[in-house]
Amino acid sequence: MNPFSEDVLIPLFLSLKVAGWATVVAGFSGLSAAYLVAKVRFPGRELADAVLTLPMVMPPTVLGYYLLVLIGRRGVIGGWLDRELGISLVFTWQGAVVAAAVVSFPLIYKAARAAFEGVESQYEQAARVLGKSEWNVFFRVTLPLAWRGILAGMMLAFARALGEFGATLMVAGSLPGRTQTLSIAVYEAVQAGNDQVANFLVIVTSVVCVFILVASGYLLKPRYATA
Amino acid sequence: MRIEVDIRKTLRSRSREFRLDVAFVCNENLNVMFGASGAGKSVTLKAIAGLERPDAGRIAVNGRVLFDSAAGIDVPARHRGVGYLFQDYALFPHLSVEENIAFGLKPWWQRRPRHNVRRKVADLLEIFEIPTLGSAYPQQLSGGQRQRVALARALIRAPNVLLLDEPFAALDPMLRSRMRDELLNTQWLFKVPMLVITHDPDDVATLAESLLVLRDGRTLREVSLNGPPFRDDEGRPVTAEIRRLLAESRQLPDAATPAALRTADAVS
Repeated sequence: MNPFSEDVLIPLFLSLKVAGWATVVAGFSGLSAAYLVAKVRFPGRELADAVLTLPMVMPPTVLGYYLLVLIGRRGVIGGWLDRELGISLVFTWQGAVVAAAVVSFPLIYKAARAAFEGVESQYEQAARVLGKSEWNVFFRVTLPLAWRGILAGMMLAFARALGEFGATLMVAGSLPGRTQTLSIAVYEAVQAGNDQVANFLVIVTSVVCVFILVASGYLLKPRYATA
Repeated sequence: MRIEVDIRKTLRSRSREFRLDVAFVCNENLNVMFGASGAGKSVTLKAIAGLERPDAGRIAVNGRVLFDSAAGIDVPARHRGVGYLFQDYALFPHLSVEENIAFGLKPWWQRRPRHNVRRKVADLLEIFEIPTLGSAYPQQLSGGQRQRVALARALIRAPNVLLLDEPFAALDPMLRSRMRDELLNTQWLFKVPMLVITHDPDDVATLAESLLVLRDGRTLREVSLNGPPFRDDEGRPVTAEIRRLLAESRQLPDAATPAALRTADAVS
C-alpha cells in the first residue's frame, strides 16, 4: 500500500498535533504543580500528590467519563464554556487534547517533582546569597539542574499522549479526519478488516514510541555526577 | 567590622526539638565559632546570611540591621551583602569555573558577562593560582581548587563579611593546614572580615582572633585572643588555653544535648 495515503497521514498528523498540544498543556501545569509540591510545605501535600497522580492508575475510560461530566455540554466547565463563549470541546480535536493532557499529566508531574527535589537546596541558597531574586534562582539554577529529568518526563508524556485511546474516544469520539487519532484509526482499521492499513499504522506508532523511549533513556542518564 | 547577633529559634522534627538562643558580638577580622555538630552553628550562620529565619531577635552587620523581629525587618538574603562559603562549596555543576565566579555579577539578560566582570574573573583566577581552570567544570576540580573557586565567587561581589561553614571539613587532612594558610592570606589580601564555623580545634588555633563557643544552642563563651600570630614566647601556637576551654565546654552537663536526644530516639 502507499505509505503516504490519506488513511495513514491524516491520523498520523492529527495524533502528532494532539500529542504535541497535550504535552504543552500538561507540561506547564505539571511543572507548576511539581514545583509547588516539591518546594512549598503545605498541609495535605501528600494528598495533593496522590490526586495529581491519579490519572496514571485510573482506567482511561473512567477518566473519560469524568471529563465528560466536567467538560460535556451540560458539565460544570463545559456548560459555562458553551453559554459564555459558545465553545464545545466534545467531539473536537481540542477535546482530544484535553483528554490526552489529563492522561499524560502525571508522567510530567512525577518526573518534574523528582527532578526538582533532586536539586540540592544548597545551590539555590548559594544563588540567593549571590544576589539573585527567586525568579532568577528558578531559571538559572533550579530549572537548568532539573531540566534533563523534566525533558525525559515530557517525552514520556508525549509518547503516552500519542497512544491515548480510551479517554480520547469517550471525549472526542472517532470522527475520521477530525478526531480519529492513530490509535483509534488502528482500532477502526482492524474492526473493518483493513489489515494493510492496520499493519502500517502499527509500525509507524511503534517506531515513534521506540525513538522517544531511547531518547528519554539517554536524557535520564546522570550528567553532573561528582567525581 | 561588627556583627551583632541576638536570636532565638526553635527547630522541630518528629521527635526532637532544638532550641537556639544565641547572643554575641564579633569585632575582629577573623572570628571563629566553635562547637560540636548539632550545637547550632550552621543555623546561626544561615540566619546571618538570611537563609534561615529566626523566630525572634536582631541581627546587624556594621550597624546595618538585617533582621529585627520587633521592628519587622527581614532583609532578603540577596540584599544582605554577605558572602557565604558552603561546607562542600555548592559550586553550580552546570556552569564552568568562570561562569560560577561571574554568577553574582551577571544579570540574566546578558549572554556573557561584561568586560569589566570578565576582567575581575581573570584577576581572581590569577590571585587564587588557578588561571588555566576557567573553562573547567566543578566536578573536574580537586577539593582545594573547589574551595578557591568558591572563595572567588563570594569575593567578586565585595561582601561586607564572609561567612564560612566548616571550610576545611570537605578537604583531606593533608590539605587542611595549607588551605588554612591560604585563608589567612585571603583575609589579609581582601581585607574582608570573616566568621568561620568549625568543630576542629586546629582551626581555632590557627585562625581565631576572637573565639565564640557554642553548645546546645547557647553561647557558652566569647573570648578575644588578641589577634595573630597566636603564639607564645617560644613560638608555639597558643592552644593550651583554647583546648582547656574546649574541653570544659564538652564536660558541662546538659540533659538536652542533640546526642542525648538521638539516643532517646533509638531506644524508643
